[in-house]
Amino acid sequence: MALDKPYLDIPGTIIFDAEQSRKGYHLNQFCMSLIKAANRERFKADERAYLDEWPMTEEQKQAVLARDLNWCIRTGGNIYFLAKIGATDGKSFQQMAGSMTGMTEEEYREMMIKGGRSPEGNRYLGEDGDAQAHRQPQGNSHHAQAKEM
Amino acid sequence: MAYVSASVYTSHVPAIGAALDQGKTQEPYWQPLFAGYEFSKQWMQEAKPDVIILVYNDHATAFSLQMIPTFAIGTAAEFRPADEGWGPRPVPMVQGHPELASHIAQSVILQDFDLTIVNEMDVDHGLTVPLSLMCGQPTAWPCPVIPFAVNVVQYPVPRGQRCFQLGQAIRRALDEYDEDLNVQIWGTGGMTHQLQGPRAGLINKQWDSKFLDKLIDDPEAAAAIPHIEYVREAGSEGIELVMWLIARGAMSDVAGGSKPTVRHRFYHVPASNTAVGHLILENGH
Repeated sequence: MALDKPYLDIPGTIIFDAEQSRKGYHLNQFCMSLIKAANRERFKADERAYLDEWPMTEEQKQAVLARDLNWCIRTGGNIYFLAKIGATDGKSFQQMAGSMTGMTEEEYREMMIKGGRSPEGNRYLGEDGDAQAHRQPQGNSHHAQAKEM
Repeated sequence: MAYVSASVYTSHVPAIGAALDQGKTQEPYWQPLFAGYEFSKQWMQEAKPDVIILVYNDHATAFSLQMIPTFAIGTAAEFRPADEGWGPRPVPMVQGHPELASHIAQSVILQDFDLTIVNEMDVDHGLTVPLSLMCGQPTAWPCPVIPFAVNVVQYPVPRGQRCFQLGQAIRRALDEYDEDLNVQIWGTGGMTHQLQGPRAGLINKQWDSKFLDKLIDDPEAAAAIPHIEYVREAGSEGIELVMWLIARGAMSDVAGGSKPTVRHRFYHVPASNTAVGHLILENGH
């Protein structure tokens, strides 16, 4: 019998279950290695070489190099493990979480100060809340990135 | 006999620890949050617990994906504050209580809760931030602490019902302990928050408020909340709230005693990505 996954109908959310954990095992263990200061230094000195020491998929390595946390999570990453990359980069949890929404740091911070993202329209796929695929990415961060490219 | 004098519930957001450690508590962003714990610090000085059983979750610090214990009890004599990637927090070593911890492990395992016994581990912000919020910045924590780690990282986390029953088993274990000890049990984590994906930043004040009401007045109903409700209403990381049910299950009223007294209730949005909730419930003597 397949694993029961009643949480697949929630927008903008990937639950870190056994399947994601299997997929992301080496990605997350790589992240875990960054809790040692010496490993953070080695990673910063040559990211690609450090990543190549781990049996991760090429896609997972690209997602890490791009610091695209949504991409990392799709390939099996878990936010508590991925946070070690952010810590290595000197980023806060708020900066990391915000980076997954398409908002700039200021926009995300402002949303939180105003009471956070409303659950209205964001409980089930197909509603009209701001976390739904058709309304993503939010904010100005991705516009700025698009101009740079 | 050891007895639970009170239970404490609080969020354990890492940014709160950083704000304290960097002297930012009086900044406008943080001031309202820390003000909500002023009463609690006073109360702690009067409550003088002999031991705190601190229920928290490890955030990929002591436990990688190599081993994922659902329930783990720390039986060591001391626990070092962990380096989570930002460097270790400048807070005191955590002294354990190996005798009581081993007793709880034995008693609770014989009540069919298969705990993992941990003789060596570092403790992360999940444990040290609640201590900082409740005790301020002392040179030593006021009493020994038994770390009690719950897996809330990889789904499925234990059910609320199971956590609530585990709290009851811990209370029975304390009843059987020879030494007279004033024990507090703390449930930490939550409240609503989501740290991942396009839905990051979710906060549900109405749901949080109802959860606090239920936890106080009808803990059986709080324990019956299914996982999918936490994820949908409280955010993917809001499911940490199952840990509060362990502390609640250890209170006297659950075993037929009188209702606890609500000594303090506080709620604030935001701390970083998270809704902060805090309760102090005292047992009657």
